[in-house]
Amino acid sequence: MEVPILKQGDFLIATIQAALTDADLLHLRTALLQQVVRSRSRGVIVDVTALDLMDSFASRTVQEIVHMIRLRGAETVIVGIQPEVAFAMVQLGLTLENVATALDLEEGLAYLNQKSKTIS
Amino acid sequence: MEQEIRVPISSDKNIVNARQKGRSAALAVGFSPGGTALEQEIRVPISSDKDIVDARQKGRSVALAVGFSPGAATLIATAISELARNIVSYAKSGEIVIQALHGSPRLGIQVIARDQGPGIHDIKQALRDGFSTSGSLGLGLPGVKRLMDEFQIDSRENRGTTVMVKKWKQ
Ligand SMILES: Nc1ncnc2c1ncn2[C@@H]1O[C@H](COP(=O)(O)OP(=O)(O)O)[C@@H](O)[C@H]1O
Ligand SMILES: [Mg+2]
Repeated sequence: MEVPILKQGDFLIATIQAALTDADLLHLRTALLQQVVRSRSRGVIVDVTALDLMDSFASRTVQEIVHMIRLRGAETVIVGIQPEVAFAMVQLGLTLENVATALDLEEGLAYLNQKSKTIS
Repeated sequence: MEQEIRVPISSDKNIVNARQKGRSAALAVGFSPGGTALEQEIRVPISSDKDIVDARQKGRSVALAVGFSPGAATLIATAISELARNIVSYAKSGEIVIQALHGSPRLGIQVIARDQGPGIHDIKQALRDGFSTSGSLGLGLPGVKRLMDEFQIDSRENRGTTVMVKKWKQ
């Protein structure tokens, strides 16, 4: 299941549409980093609203995505973590440290807009 | 559920009443609303990352059929994902066996993760938050223990690992 990545101005939006295998997640990591470089993006939104759950592998991969993109000088925000998914993550002990999260796409965009304003 | 239910039939109202009683009895015995018997265990062979997703999706379906809330079903599916991933990561292959539990008075779900892999050298250590031999987060086993109500692990070096977990409907 490939994750579509949309370019919107200075930002990229990746919308996860179903449960992802480990290979899908790693593919998303590579594709996002390549796109950030190619499009010189300032920010990335990863929309996980449709993700069935976030286990330790998914969390670690998301964290890696955020850190790699940050090293490129761009910001990432994860949007749409469902309440029950968040609850399961907390029980597992996953914290998503240093990862920006927002309620939905709109708030994610607002966050990135604010971030890129303070940078430039 | 031992006792039989008698419905006298003499009018069309009785027909509706009889079929409603039949449905209630079927659900109480553990049939899902769709009519599938939940008696039978579901076995999912595990050897790739696709199987991990398959196992957790089947676990979610069984959990929902048993009557767990979507939130609780997510907890169960997350635990299955971790157990299945450990099989792929450390034992290469194995199986996940999912079973609905409907012994009175409680309903629940049981998940067994079984492999014939290298086994765990020190189980106590493996159950500690953050311990990992693969440089990963080390939250799988201790996390599964928190996600579920009952947790049993049996592992022998060079023989394999079996983890059995249960969760009960509140
Ligand atoms: N099925 C298994 N077979 C062999 N070793 C296992 C198995 N499951 C877990 N382990 C061992 O227990 C450790 C802890 O597992 P876990 O808590 O899932 O963390 P992680 O997978 O992130 O390392 C693993 O690093 C591994 O050494
Ligand atoms: Mg693990």
